[in-house]
Order: sequence, then C-alpha cells, then structure tokens
Amino acid sequence: MKETPLSNCERRFLLRAIEEKKRLDGRQTYDYRNIKISFGTDYGCCIVELGKTRVLGQVSCELVSPKLNRATEGILFFNLELSQMAAPAFEPGRQSDLLVKLNRLLERCLRNSKCIDTESLCVVAGEKVWQIRVDLHLLNHDGNIIDAASIAAIVALSHFRRPDVSVQGDEVTLYTHEERDPVPLSIHHMPICVSFAFFQQGTYLLVDPNEREERVMDGLLVIAMNKHREICTIQSSGGIMLLKDQVLRCSKIAGVKVAEITELIQKALENDQKVRKEGGKFGFAESIANQRITAFKMEKAPVDTSDVEEKAEEIIAEAEPPSEVVSKPVLWTPGTAQIGEGIENSWGDLEDSGKEDEDEGGSDDAIMLDSIKMDTGLEVSGIGSQEDAPIVLSDSEEEEIIILEPDKNLKKIRTQTISAKQEKAPTKKPVKKRKKRAVN
Amino acid sequence: MEGVMLADAKIRAETGTESGPRGPGCSLRHFACEQNLLSRPDGSASFMQGDTSVLAGVYGPAEVKVSKEIFNKATLEVILRPKIGLPGVAEKSRERLIRNTCEAVVLGALHPRTSITVVLQVVSDAGSLLACCLNAACMALVDAGVPMRALFCGVTCALDSDGTLVLDPTAKQEKEARAVLTFALDSVERKLLMSTTKGLYSDAELQQCLAAAQAASQHVFHFYRESLQRRYSKS
Repeated sequence: MKETPLSNCERRFLLRAIEEKKRLDGRQTYDYRNIKISFGTDYGCCIVELGKTRVLGQVSCELVSPKLNRATEGILFFNLELSQMAAPAFEPGRQSDLLVKLNRLLERCLRNSKCIDTESLCVVAGEKVWQIRVDLHLLNHDGNIIDAASIAAIVALSHFRRPDVSVQGDEVTLYTHEERDPVPLSIHHMPICVSFAFFQQGTYLLVDPNEREERVMDGLLVIAMNKHREICTIQSSGGIMLLKDQVLRCSKIAGVKVAEITELIQKALENDQKVRKEGGKFGFAESIANQRITAFKMEKAPVDTSDVEEKAEEIIAEAEPPSEVVSKPVLWTPGTAQIGEGIENSWGDLEDSGKEDEDEGGSDDAIMLDSIKMDTGLEVSGIGSQEDAPIVLSDSEEEEIIILEPDKNLKKIRTQTISAKQEKAPTKKPVKKRKKRAVN
Repeated sequence: MEGVMLADAKIRAETGTESGPRGPGCSLRHFACEQNLLSRPDGSASFMQGDTSVLAGVYGPAEVKVSKEIFNKATLEVILRPKIGLPGVAEKSRERLIRNTCEAVVLGALHPRTSITVVLQVVSDAGSLLACCLNAACMALVDAGVPMRALFCGVTCALDSDGTLVLDPTAKQEKEARAVLTFALDSVERKLLMSTTKGLYSDAELQQCLAAAQAASQHVFHFYRESLQRRYSKS
C-alpha cells in the first residue's frame, strides 16, 4: 500500500501552527510525549510506547566463535525492523533508505559508544564469546522512531539476563535458569537519542516530532547522550545549515531530556525487579489497563471434557469405514513415484510457472492412457495394470499438438478435482477419473 | 496406523479409567484481549493466553497491487513476524494456515479488487502460539470491521504419552506431548475450519481432541462476546 500523501493545505496548516508556537497534540516546543515502558515475562523483552509510537524490543544471546581481529570481545548485533503493522507503506523484507539510516544510527549510538562491556562477554578467548542480538520491531509509527528504538534497545539490554557459564580447563558448562541465576550484562552507561526537528530553514525547532511534523520538517538533528552529559552520537540530516548556538542549545535540551528518561527507565526496571522478587504477577497481561473498555480479561476457565470420549466414539461409529489405502507406492517412471490417493495437490496454486509443466505431463499421460484404451478396447482398471502401461515421453510434433488441445479442458479438470475433494468421494479410483475427463 | 491404535488401546487398558481426559489439564489459561490499541492500522488487537501474547494489525479493504489483484474478491494477505530473527519456513507455513482459515470466513466478495492485510507479531511464545495467532487475527478483523460470515477461534490440544488430553498447553507441555493438535472452529456451527497436527495419535483420539476443542471454543466465543459487549456498551 502506498503512503497517503500530505495535502498542501494540511502542510500549510501545520507550518502555520508551528510558526505560532502551537502543536496539534497540545505540547509545548520542548515537550516530550509520554513514555510508557512495560516488560514481558522473559528477560530482555520490553515494549516502549512514546506517545503512539510503539517499539517491541527483545534481546537474545548465543555462544559463537569471536571475530579474528577481536578474540576477546563479545559481539553485539542490532536489528531494527519496520513491520508493515507500523504503517501501510512499509514493505516486508525490503531494506528501505529509512531503515538503513535508522539501523546505522542505532549501531553508532549503542555499539560505538561502548555502553556494553563487550570484554565481559568473552568465555574462552579466541574460541567462545557471547553474541548478543537485539531485535527491535516497530509496531506503530507515529513519528520519532529513533528515540523510541534507542530507549527500547537500552531498556531491553538492561533487563536482559544471560545464562551463567563456567570454564574448567577446556570444558565450558552452560547453566540453565533453574540451575544458576542468570547474570545481567554489564552496562557502563545508557545512551539515549533525542531528536530535534527544524522548520523554515532552522528558524523553528521542535523536540520529539510526531509523524505529521516529521513530514513537513526541513531537517532533523539527533543527539545521543547519556546522563553524564557525554555526547555519544550526533547526526544532522535533511541538509539544513545550523548555527553553533543552535547545536549547543539542542545539546543542553538533550541533557535535560536524557536525565528525565534515564530516571524513568531506572524506575521501571526497579519496579519490574521488585515484582519478580516478590513473586507477584508480571508480563504484558498485567500492563493492560483494566478500566479501558477496549480491554477485557478472563480468568482461567475450566472446560468440561468428560463427554468427549463418548462423543468421539459416536462419531467414529457413525462414520463410514475408511476407504482402502494404497500403501504400495506407484512407480510412474524411474525416479517418480506416487503414494496416497492421487488427488491433485493444491499447494502452490499461486506459483503457476512450476505447475504448468507438471500439468502438461499429467494430461499427456491421460491421453496416452486414453489411446491405449481405444486401441485395445479393454478397460484398464486398477493401479496394478497402470504399472504395466508403457510410459512414453513424447517428443514428436504430432504429440505436441495433442498437448496443446486439451489445455482448455485442463482447467475443468482442476476444478473438478477440487470439487471432488470437497465431496470426499474416496471410492473412485483417481486413475479412472482422469481417463473419463480426458475423453470429455 | 493400526499399530498405533493397538499400542494406544494397550496403554489405555493399563492405566484403566484414569486415562480419560480429566483433571487439571482441561482448562484454558487466563485470557486477555485489548482492541484498537494501535493508531495506524484499521484494526488491531493484542491477544494473550497465559504468557503467550500476539499482536495483530489489519489493513483493509485497501488498495491492492495490480499483480495481486483478484477481480471478484478481496486479496487476503497474512504476515507473521517472529520475535527473534527473520521469518522462516515455520512462519510461512503458519501464515498459510491462518490465511486459509481467514479466507473461509471473510466475505471477500463484498470487496472485490482490494486487499485485506493481517500482520501478526509474536510478542511472547509460551505454548499454543498458533491458536493465539488465530484469536488475535479474529479480534483484529472484528476491530477493523471486515465483514465475516462467522467468527473463528483457535484451540490447541496436546496428548501426553499416557493419552491424557491437555487443552491450551504451555510450551513445556507441548514439548513433552506425544501429539499436538490445533483446530480452528467457526462460531456459528462450531465446525472445523482448519486443523494441523504434529505427532502420533489414533483416530479416536483425534475425535476426542476435536470434541474437547469444540467445548473449549464455547468459552473462547463467550470471551469474544463479553469483550465486545463491554466495548460497545454505552456506560
């Protein structure tokens, strides 16, 4: 699906509003949207909501051999996915420019800032290190993906616990969650991205632009910073020229915002840990607001299954005995055999190209049989005699003409087989069916 | 097939009357559902069965690519996204099962030459994932207001090594089970729309599982009704 274009009057309206220092959602220039962080039941899983933008983060780990030039360092891998759920314009499985840009920025923000101690992820130098993989899925796109994604990534990383390992000589033992408490990653600091949108060649500035604002902006400045006010990454895009003062002002704002967000993250992490320790309920089901009318919960429901055995027996007793099953495979040609009842496969109906060849072969076959029947005047019945029927792969021109002719019938055959399948008429032998249709 | 049945009969004879599908296994885990939680899709729902959670978004009826256009009905597309890594063969096969189920109930002929896209995101997998996907897809389709002949639900049954039937199994139960069967049932006649199975079972057991799934579907449809009643209530 294509993106709905923004109309000119909408664009003018938005720009006018920004000039008048007004935002459609009622925020002030430097206001962030509300951030909500919820955790899943497994470690390293979180959903971050930034206003209506929503990102799902999941961290996983794996033991791999390290890179040759970095024998004592673990590997960090980031993968942001723009799911079609987030916006109809995102196509699955395509690396769009936006996606590449976001992934690069995320890597620079989190890997190159060395916020995770990669040396602590080494198990055996040069042989075994942990590979930490961060998967981020955008679930709903309402602007400022990068901020939401960077928060989700760092929250998921701080929430994650990897299984404990011990090394004795050459032997590496991996402990499950039950055997030993899993260990958290060592995180030095939390870099968080803050985006600034510029309008009218840098005259106006907005923090945390939403989707509408992003579409009318001239340029974007992303600053990644930690709570110690250290800049981890800075990126300006959109080709606007900024003054030194503007950049400094932005970094000051970013410092304030990052401090707020870091505090919020820490509070959320503490809360989750407390609940887990006390053995309370946790997970996404708990984060659903109960008073919302769009949400509904049901407690565990017992299902009365005492009569299923009787029911099953009844059905089996009523049912007709199953048709004879052909257990012996039928050999068509050397290397091509058939088992089952010979009903046509409906898989790959969409992928016609591969099928055409098969069909041709099939019809060819049917014609062959038909001609045999006419020649000999004998009823060829059963699969046993099928085996004896000579199978000749035609290559003469005459034969080719015959192949082209029943092409119209072919469709009929296919629909008939489908309807036959629905009717479940297993008594008829498929071989016979084919012959009759070929005659038709 | 007969060998399996015989072996099964033997097991049943050995365990006596206790082998029947009774006990604590025959209950559904707690359910939770939230609709209309995403702003971009036309309809969305998050469905939770115990710790299993799936988020679904529906776009449609909307513009369709010319290559996918069907002249007399809507093109239904299902995309299932795993939580970790890229979608593989397992996801493709599930997508197909879900799509076939949806196609059976969605009245696509009312919207010819359009596309209806269902995007499913696995949020956490703790057993009965396919059933949860089906339920989430149904709730999202309802939220999007896509015309349907009937509602549908998914129910997973697992059969233990001793033939005990477990409804809505957890990941651990699924792993230990001899067979795992997932059914999709419609709400009007409680008839089977889709079934997929894994493992060994006899035909009697299949019918038992189906009957149990039908009993469980009553609860799921009751849950659907209550949650929609709550949503469209005036107070």
